[in-house]
Amino acid sequence: MKPADELELAEMIRAAKGPLRIVGGGTRRIGQMAGGEVLETGGLSGISLYEPGALTLVAGAGTTLAEVEAALAEGGQRLPFEVPDLRGLLGRVGASTIGGVAAANASGPRRIQAGACRDSLIGVRFVDGAGSIIKNGGRVMKNVTGYDLVKLMAGSHGSLGVMSEVAFKVLPRPEAETSLTRDGLTPAEAVTVMSRALGSPFEVTGAAYVAGQVRLRIEGMAGSVAYRLGALTKMLGGGWAVAEAAQSSALWVEVRDVAAFVGQPGAVWRISVKPSAMPQVLGIMADAQTVCDWGGGLIWARVADTGDAQAAALRGYLAQIGGHATLVRASAAVFEQVPAFHPAPTAIAALATGLRAKFDPRSILNPGVME
Amino acid sequence: MEMPVIDATIVARKPAIVAALQAVLPHDAVIHDEAEVRAYECDALTAYRCPPLAAVLPRTTAQVAAVLRICHQMGVPVVPRGSGTSLAGGALPTGDCVILGVARMTGILETDYANRFIRVQSGRTNLSVTGAVESDGFFYAPDPSSQLACAIAGNIAMNSGGAHCLKYGVTTNNLLGVTLVQMDGTVLEIGGAHLDAPGLDLLGVVCGSEGQLGVVTEAILRILPKPEGARPVLMGFDSNEVAGECVSDIIKAGILPVAIEFMDRPCIEATEAFAKAGYPMCEALLIVEVEGSPAEIDEQLALIIAIAKRHNPVELREAADEDQARRIWLGRKSAFGAMGQINDYMCLDGTIPVSSLPFVLRRIGEMSKEYGLGVGNVFHAGDGNMHPLILYDANKPGDLELCEAFGADILKLCVEVGGCLTGEHGVGIEKRDLMKVQFAPQDMEAQMWVKDVFDPQWLLNPAKVFPLDITANRRAG
Repeated sequence: MKPADELELAEMIRAAKGPLRIVGGGTRRIGQMAGGEVLETGGLSGISLYEPGALTLVAGAGTTLAEVEAALAEGGQRLPFEVPDLRGLLGRVGASTIGGVAAANASGPRRIQAGACRDSLIGVRFVDGAGSIIKNGGRVMKNVTGYDLVKLMAGSHGSLGVMSEVAFKVLPRPEAETSLTRDGLTPAEAVTVMSRALGSPFEVTGAAYVAGQVRLRIEGMAGSVAYRLGALTKMLGGGWAVAEAAQSSALWVEVRDVAAFVGQPGAVWRISVKPSAMPQVLGIMADAQTVCDWGGGLIWARVADTGDAQAAALRGYLAQIGGHATLVRASAAVFEQVPAFHPAPTAIAALATGLRAKFDPRSILNPGVME
Repeated sequence: MEMPVIDATIVARKPAIVAALQAVLPHDAVIHDEAEVRAYECDALTAYRCPPLAAVLPRTTAQVAAVLRICHQMGVPVVPRGSGTSLAGGALPTGDCVILGVARMTGILETDYANRFIRVQSGRTNLSVTGAVESDGFFYAPDPSSQLACAIAGNIAMNSGGAHCLKYGVTTNNLLGVTLVQMDGTVLEIGGAHLDAPGLDLLGVVCGSEGQLGVVTEAILRILPKPEGARPVLMGFDSNEVAGECVSDIIKAGILPVAIEFMDRPCIEATEAFAKAGYPMCEALLIVEVEGSPAEIDEQLALIIAIAKRHNPVELREAADEDQARRIWLGRKSAFGAMGQINDYMCLDGTIPVSSLPFVLRRIGEMSKEYGLGVGNVFHAGDGNMHPLILYDANKPGDLELCEAFGADILKLCVEVGGCLTGEHGVGIEKRDLMKVQFAPQDMEAQMWVKDVFDPQWLLNPAKVFPLDITANRRAG
């Protein structure tokens, strides 16, 4: 099924007799998906509003990310949250859609400074599991009218409704970017140095740790970038190499897309913890290859694709220190025994189940996707 | 403003309810004397008052849970209250409710600079969160103008903003986690020192739910390193249109100031008479503030001033030092007080797409003549959040009603041009009956599903946010 507009989408959902598998570009789905009729959103396409002076863009959920990014680039702007391209990592083809980006709350390295996708998403229209059209938020960036269902929809992986339209707050594309890199640091040293950088007033917009190398990024007006680079180097001491412009952005595309894991076998975890816990998490995943982002707060770990892929040890540890781990890639055999999404405590799980029962009473929208 | 009929059967059980509360709280934490409960009869929307059945002032999450469990068992509505600074009536009691105030829960539980967060009890005031970390070079970004008094609990309930949210976002963008007590006493930890939700983003929907989903007792807040400095520039224009174009051009040029504040002529005149900040007499005034090191500020201001000059400003004043910066902000910060010198006023909070600014200001001017009530406009121009201040005389019969009708017309206009009823104050009771202007029945139904799940009996702050007629069946339980 491929509805051409929102009304048709609503009719199709109302008429559905069984489970629906909702597909944007098919590039971000996580975990095992139950069968069901495929519902594609690609027909709900097109940018309906872009006002650079208001920092606002509204588009059909099936609009490709590429189209959105191209329109913004023309206006000298961008999505603030640096959308990852995980096709290489997950072994997918296809063109990512902006609705899929929202449904996955897909956020890259700049999340630590500019917020996640959910922080820039200011409005949604969607069709719930009964086929009703619902809107929430709008096209203005300051809006507290009623409950914020926009946040609930961001990252709901199609389990509460099928988005038909999304509105984003966008930001100016900075004139310059420069990165600092330093090799040969231990995880503990890396966390310390990233924490100092992020605790400085120099507005670091990326802080990653890849194969012993710490990367820090600064963006903004050229004069300001030069000043902050100097100030940061002075504060952190010597030994830093400088990467400018395209050379710098290439470093962050690597981190954003977890390029180090592409073409490598194994199961892949995406772990969110408080940054200072990074060395301990790396310690319990001793055999893993890792890429750390968000100053240490986001850990990508590639482990052997066997048994429970270290789920018990990892999630057990996170239960003590806080945080969560999503199994983004694994074999069917591993997914048989390990839920992709981090299991929630009973009371929280009850709320999530209750919300799904309200928004999708027949349980037909991507059933089981987040369970 | 209509409120639900007081449930006489609850009022009749007051002695038993008070006794049950006294059994789980220290003696001085249960206020039930008729004269004493009057202290809780209203919030900052003082036109509406109603003393509650009782008020409780717990000190811990466990005490909050005990209170809620009792009220849940006894079927008593609970209205949570932070510092009572809501301009929307968010903490307005009903005669059959228990006010649950978090004013005594002001502790700092954890400060973590390495991970850049602070964990506080929710009764702590907004400004004192920054106060706790600023000597170490950090601050808490959301800065509602009531920040000296307002509590984090209320900030979370209303998803409060402030003057600097163009750059730093509002409460929801700076909130990492909460301890939330549900109406049945269940204590939940949602979020934490890490980023983003493992499943559905419950934190995102709790923030801004106006105390209807649970009582937030503790919060983990993101703290940020303080910028090296900040400096404003003031510019005057001879029309609102030109000022609006200037704002749009600044943003399109790729500059993101921390604040862009806008005042129109009635507001400038009132402010000058009151605070004598030395503002130019013109149709529209902008205050644009940027942050950074002195050199970075110079770089940004040079660009901003070049853009402003293209729009033929009648005045362009860059702060050369701290004192001049203070004087530029003086008028803006005294705007509400200045309008209050002229008469009573009602402060609105609608948001509009910034491109509609000239049209909306012109329409407000026309409506002002039709209603015969003065209005001054001061607002956050970068994000379109308007604060029209409508002047009226509270002692003149019918004037409040006229003012409310005018206010409702302005908010309808905001929705018509693609904006919303409230940008940072919340719906409360004030805009409750206007929700139908912005939302279709199904839009509100979906929001109410969330409350159905968190508070199935609709006992928490039940008469707020949604029009009473559409919640009647749910509130009846």
